[in-house]
Amino acid sequence: MKILVPAKRVPDPNSTIKVKPDGSGIVTDNLKWVINPFDEIAIEEGLRIKEKSGPAEVVLVSIGSKAASEQLRTGLAMGADRAILVLSEEAIDSLAVARVLAKIVETEQIELVLMGKQAIDADSNQAGQMLAELLGWPQATFASKIELGDGRAKVTREVDGGLETLDLALPAVITTDLRLNEPRYASLPGIMKARKKELKEVPIADLGVDAAPKLKVLRMVPPAKREGGRKVENVHELVQSLHNEAKVI
Amino acid sequence: MGDVLVFAEHQKGKFPKTTLVSVAAGREAAQKTGGACHAVVLGKNVDAVANELAGYGVKTVYAVDDDALEHYVADAYTEALAEVVKQKGIDLVVATSTAVGKDLLPRLAAKLGAGMASDVTAFHEDGTMERPMYAGNAIATIQIEGSPKVVSVRGTAFDAAKKEGQAQVEKLSVSLDPSRLKTKFVDFNETKSDRPVLTEARIVVSGGRGLKNGENFQTYLEPLCEVLGAAMGASRAAVDAGFVPNDLQVGQTGKVVAPTLYVAVGISGAIQHLAGMKDSKVIVAINKDGEAPIFSVADYGLVADLFKAVPELTEELKKLKSH
Ligand SMILES: Cc1cc2nc3c(=O)[nH]c(=O)nc-3n(C[C@H](O)[C@H](O)[C@H](O)COP(=O)(O)OP(=O)(O)OC[C@H]3O[C@@H](n4cnc5c(N)ncnc54)[C@H](O)[C@@H]3O)c2cc1C
Ligand SMILES: Nc1ncnc2c1ncn2[C@@H]1O[C@H](COP(=O)(O)O)[C@@H](O)[C@H]1O
Repeated sequence: MKILVPAKRVPDPNSTIKVKPDGSGIVTDNLKWVINPFDEIAIEEGLRIKEKSGPAEVVLVSIGSKAASEQLRTGLAMGADRAILVLSEEAIDSLAVARVLAKIVETEQIELVLMGKQAIDADSNQAGQMLAELLGWPQATFASKIELGDGRAKVTREVDGGLETLDLALPAVITTDLRLNEPRYASLPGIMKARKKELKEVPIADLGVDAAPKLKVLRMVPPAKREGGRKVENVHELVQSLHNEAKVI
Repeated sequence: MGDVLVFAEHQKGKFPKTTLVSVAAGREAAQKTGGACHAVVLGKNVDAVANELAGYGVKTVYAVDDDALEHYVADAYTEALAEVVKQKGIDLVVATSTAVGKDLLPRLAAKLGAGMASDVTAFHEDGTMERPMYAGNAIATIQIEGSPKVVSVRGTAFDAAKKEGQAQVEKLSVSLDPSRLKTKFVDFNETKSDRPVLTEARIVVSGGRGLKNGENFQTYLEPLCEVLGAAMGASRAAVDAGFVPNDLQVGQTGKVVAPTLYVAVGISGAIQHLAGMKDSKVIVAINKDGEAPIFSVADYGLVADLFKAVPELTEELKKLKSH
């Protein structure tokens, strides 16, 4: 089975994000960059499927600047087989991402796409669902468990009020939630091997897809700051304050 | 500017608050841009819910009844909703970013070739909108080009629509292409709880890793929730450790809440958690580490061992209630 795992380069979730004074974006100096955490979970799942269910190839793809090759190398070091970097200097929206991915799915004859539910920079939570529609494939988003067999996938999903199980005909797009697995770290031998694995670069223009974004970010501002409150001495003071001052109980 | 269509999610014949929020958001968007706001219900035997929805100030309620729509699944719902959008020449589709909204709207957008914005918190008269990015560390002004457009709205950013008028209900039939329906609903394992729904509660009490295990959620947090009539929430760490069910996670990648009172117990206050609760009206934090970042957003902070403070708090509140 050929599995495609899209992986986006995003700021480390532990870093402090500041908006540029001119509102044109975020300050990127000194930021640490990582594979989008949900995509890391998707890579791990792809590797587990390969280890468990036999012959499979895990292909990574990232759309972005040359710098994203760093994240692809990390994914290869985790154990993915090869990687494609679609070079694009422009910021693109999730629909354009999905169009690019759809093209790659076709040319690579992919049978399963595993991807993050959400890129933690723009927080859109869109590309997987869009890709499924463009391909005419079923989708299972927010997966916390995946069982493959017989050309079908049984997927447990994290939804409001509980867990839902869907049965999908493959090929399909599955997006990961936090509880699906705990991604492995790249081992030293893994890092050595990754250097020799294929990482192919393709300019986005060569794919012949319409990647013009329809969602445009015009400007950004920092969020309104919440006024800090105070510390209370004990439980009694807390209850009195909530009752008499805040009047919420 | 053209018309707005609200996708009205319903559960067990009722509308959760999140649906009424989407109606309010749709009405606001329509008012700002000068169009009319309609709503649509999809499902099996939807007459009653369609009539109910008609009382919330929309111009028309479209009702689509089909066996294939009995359980929500993305492919069938996308096909049906896209047809309504096309038949009615809709310019903007709106729903709240619930689990269903998040699953459905992007698929719909792709089907329509539409641009989409998630978690919109405000509509402006010039057609621009606002939405948070980077776990709420940036508030972006955005624009969607072309028509139609698709928008999910943040459930905490708009008040629920109030009863107003009685719209006309129009039944629509759609033809669903069976070759596009490849998903089978198997089952729904509902989290059993007597507590209010997290996204609807006036008070939320959330626990974190500081609770140490699931049993302590029962012994310490449950009685506090009980006396406050509060919903229970949790940090990712508490959910990952299996202390509580997944759908209690509050934060950037879980649920966003903004209750009148939010009580964070044994939660450090990572940016991802703050993203899901910092718009609460009053925030209380109980943590034994006086330097924990949660205190930077708390109106009232109590530096204490939760295993001592929470039972005391529960007792004091009981006393207060009995007066
Ligand atoms: C991609 C991604 C998405 C994420 N999404 C979310 C999300 O949506 N929501 C979310 O919450 N997190 C999210 N996180 C995780 C987040 O970064 C933090 O790891 C998490 O919120 C920490 O949970 P916590 O505060 O319970 O645990 P900790 O950070 O371990 O804090 C425990 C706190 O309990 C206190 N404590 C311990 N014992 C006691 C005691 N006896 N009495 C009083 N206080 C005590 C400690 O002082 C400490 O402050 C995400 C992370 C990533 C990478
Ligand atoms: N530039 C990108 N390169 C590779 N994958 C991406 C990119 N943008 C989004 N994705 C994938 O789409 C998922 C959802 O992204 P989003 O819709 O932006 O929240 C991510 O978890 C990735 O798997």
